[in-house]
Amino acid sequence: MRKTILFFLAVIVWVLLAWPFSPQGGNWQSMVVGLGVSLVVALIFGELFTESAHKFLGFQRYFWAIYYLPVLFYACLVANLDVAYRVLHPRLPIRPGIVKVKTRLKSKSGRTALANSITLTPGTMSVEVTDDGFLYIHWINVQSRDIEETTRLIVERFERILERIFE
Amino acid sequence: MRQLWGYALILIGSLFDLFGCIGLVRLPDLYNRLQASTKCVTMGTCLILLGTLVLIGFTPAAGKIILCLIFVLITAPTAAHALARASHFSGISLWEGSVCDLLKEDREQ
Repeated sequence: MRKTILFFLAVIVWVLLAWPFSPQGGNWQSMVVGLGVSLVVALIFGELFTESAHKFLGFQRYFWAIYYLPVLFYACLVANLDVAYRVLHPRLPIRPGIVKVKTRLKSKSGRTALANSITLTPGTMSVEVTDDGFLYIHWINVQSRDIEETTRLIVERFERILERIFE
Repeated sequence: MRQLWGYALILIGSLFDLFGCIGLVRLPDLYNRLQASTKCVTMGTCLILLGTLVLIGFTPAAGKIILCLIFVLITAPTAAHALARASHFSGISLWEGSVCDLLKEDREQ
């Protein structure tokens, strides 16, 4: 199951990489090599790939993933303007510190996506993730030390969507 | 018109890259510098790639640009996380103007 999914992902990556198939009709050569390499990769690395392959078949997850992209892009844009403001301000208005937040996400891929999203959003960067669901966040402008408060401010808007994609 | 959009995206991307580099110089400690460089360089690189995508249109190179976008978006935050975690665990302290360090408090318990 997970080998099949890894095989298809590898083929997609191969097709994107080797897109300009030669115009003289040598397309099938490139495709055959790609299929062969993908098969070998899938057989060797299939065990390392993912824990819960059945989630790839839930199609509503893909819609939520597409909905997630503009949310992330908007947060990323705000983050950049925020950094630009702090960096260009003559008095350097920062109040850095490491705070602690809690996440409801259980799956490893969900937590990875959450930590990466937090790093790309305004003023926050994940430093450490523990097994029991706590994330330590470096915050450039600390507004609160309380766990519930920081969770509400940093994590919640992503968690609602990521829960539907990864859980 | 398409050229205008492409060049505008590339220009904005380069500006964000510039802000990231200024932040790398001006901010006080490792963690703040990582923040500025990661965010701005990720967004800047993505915008430059998107601008190139708009300029060249839907040609074979577009597939490679999309792949690059995906990998930059995945690897840049992961690398920043790994760097920050490794430096905190090897004992690099925060800037003296920092407000709190709950990770250090929790690890000392």
